Amino acid sequence: MTALPVAASAKRRTPAKVLPGFNLTLGFTIFYLSLIVLIPLSALFFKTFTLTWEQFWTAVTGPRVLASYRLTFGASLIAASVNVVFGLLVAWVLVRYDFFGKKIVDALVDLPFALPTAVAGISLTALLAGNGWVGQYLEPLGIELAFNPNGVVIALIFIGLPFVVRTVQPVLEDAEKELEEAASCLGATRWQTFTKVIFPSIAPALLTGFAMAFARAIGEYGSVIFIAGNMPMVSEITPLIIIGKLEQYDYAGATAVALVMLVFSFVLLLIINALQAWQRRHTGAPA
Amino acid sequence: MSGATSLQPSARRAQAGTTEPAWVRYTLIGVALVFMFLFLVLPLAAVFTEALRKGFEAYFEALQEPDAWSAIRLTLITAVIAVPLNLVFGVAAAWAIAKYEFRGKAFLTTLVDLPFSVSPVVAGLIYVLMFGAQGWFGPWLQAHDIKIVFAVPGIVLATVFVTFPFIARELIPLMQSQGNDEEQAAIVLGATGWQTFWHVTLPNIKWGLIYGVILCNARAMGEFGAVSVVSGHIRGQTNTMPLHVEILYNEYQSVAAFAVASLLALLALVTLAIKSVIEWQHEKDMKAAADTPPERPVDPSPGAVV
Repeated sequence: MTALPVAASAKRRTPAKVLPGFNLTLGFTIFYLSLIVLIPLSALFFKTFTLTWEQFWTAVTGPRVLASYRLTFGASLIAASVNVVFGLLVAWVLVRYDFFGKKIVDALVDLPFALPTAVAGISLTALLAGNGWVGQYLEPLGIELAFNPNGVVIALIFIGLPFVVRTVQPVLEDAEKELEEAASCLGATRWQTFTKVIFPSIAPALLTGFAMAFARAIGEYGSVIFIAGNMPMVSEITPLIIIGKLEQYDYAGATAVALVMLVFSFVLLLIINALQAWQRRHTGAPA
Repeated sequence: MSGATSLQPSARRAQAGTTEPAWVRYTLIGVALVFMFLFLVLPLAAVFTEALRKGFEAYFEALQEPDAWSAIRLTLITAVIAVPLNLVFGVAAAWAIAKYEFRGKAFLTTLVDLPFSVSPVVAGLIYVLMFGAQGWFGPWLQAHDIKIVFAVPGIVLATVFVTFPFIARELIPLMQSQGNDEEQAAIVLGATGWQTFWHVTLPNIKWGLIYGVILCNARAMGEFGAVSVVSGHIRGQTNTMPLHVEILYNEYQSVAAFAVASLLALLALVTLAIKSVIEWQHEKDMKAAADTPPERPVDPSPGAVV
């Protein structure tokens, strides 16, 4: 409905515009977006409005729900932080050094994007369980990585790795070597060059990657439920709380918790957008 | 690792101030490779080892089960519907967003990305709220005997939702970077909008398009959380491959679970292989384009000039 005046004003602003199809493509985009995303998401809000404030509050602050927030946010935070460190390392090694099999390693970084989460979940569980390839060596040492919150962190590290690597890698590739040469000529040690010259230029990308890995980890379900053990109050993630409420036909309760997660996703999305805008300004600005 | 030491002497001198001592390089490469091995290679290897734990016979037996077959069929049907829908949307959205300036463009782009940041479980839930027995359209659907939730349409809808942005977000930056010049030239020379799209735009975006399609397809076939909420888990009817893996795994049929999982892992490997080939191809194209003198553009496709 608003497409026509918008199109007209766009045409006035840029007289060279001759390409057809604006109304068709924008109209279809908005129609399809509304049908698949916006209207269904609004159902979540309307369903929540059928609850009184007190019902809503008890649903989203029950002890089991609170414990699940702590686990989900805590594990996501740890996993995203680990991803920042190792993601930067992997991106650095892939951009700066040559080694045998580099192209394969580079392709493999995207495995967590391509591998279905349920497959990742059962596979990590098989590895880390007490009789698994890795678990059998850790169990005598008293380290248990499966069926407890540690497993959640491991699964989330797996899921989030490509985000940091793939946001930092292009920035490192575009980084100007001249700056590093200048720093080195001026007497900086390599470590000083890294912390004072290279790191500030990749910091926005690193932060963006962190936020993306964190956002993905918060909502992750498939890979986590197999390895978590899913004990109430201990290793139950928030998406599983929603599923649990649904299975008990507590639609209103499930919706309330889902709304909390959705609002948090919105906030994270806005933060990520702001970070990306900052990153573009950062890299776009003349050095 | 022999590559690092085989640098030409001149290159070595130029790099002197901008790289690390050899031991630091090797340590960093080593730590990165060990990390990649533990977190990516081992889980991948474990899928196939577990699947073949009882030999090839048990493996193929597990795959020939009728429930496994119906899960494979449903997964294929879902992808065959969901991917083309999002392909059409992705091209339309990219055309509107990349080729024109209009108010609210940044906001629209954010909305297109939205399904990426919604938890899959929430994505499934919203369709239950719309079409479930207690949902908005639930009574009407029941009166007309139409099943959406806990049936195939719900699975398709949830899959469309979670794979919604894949193709659009590949194409938008690509088409933005290419600008409108070639399309405008075609239009000025008398091509219609469709001719311009087929003969000018499409050849320019084909790699990005294929890239988006294979990523979208991998996610569509592998989606678990959203589909799990809307499926109802009816064996042989509303089980996709990932859901079937879960059921088998929970029934302690480890070999069968990993056998089905191995098919999904193969899909992931094929996806990564195609993706890498496209990237290498794209790099080659970019190099070829850079080597061509700008005065004589290569091989103008005949349809562009009518």
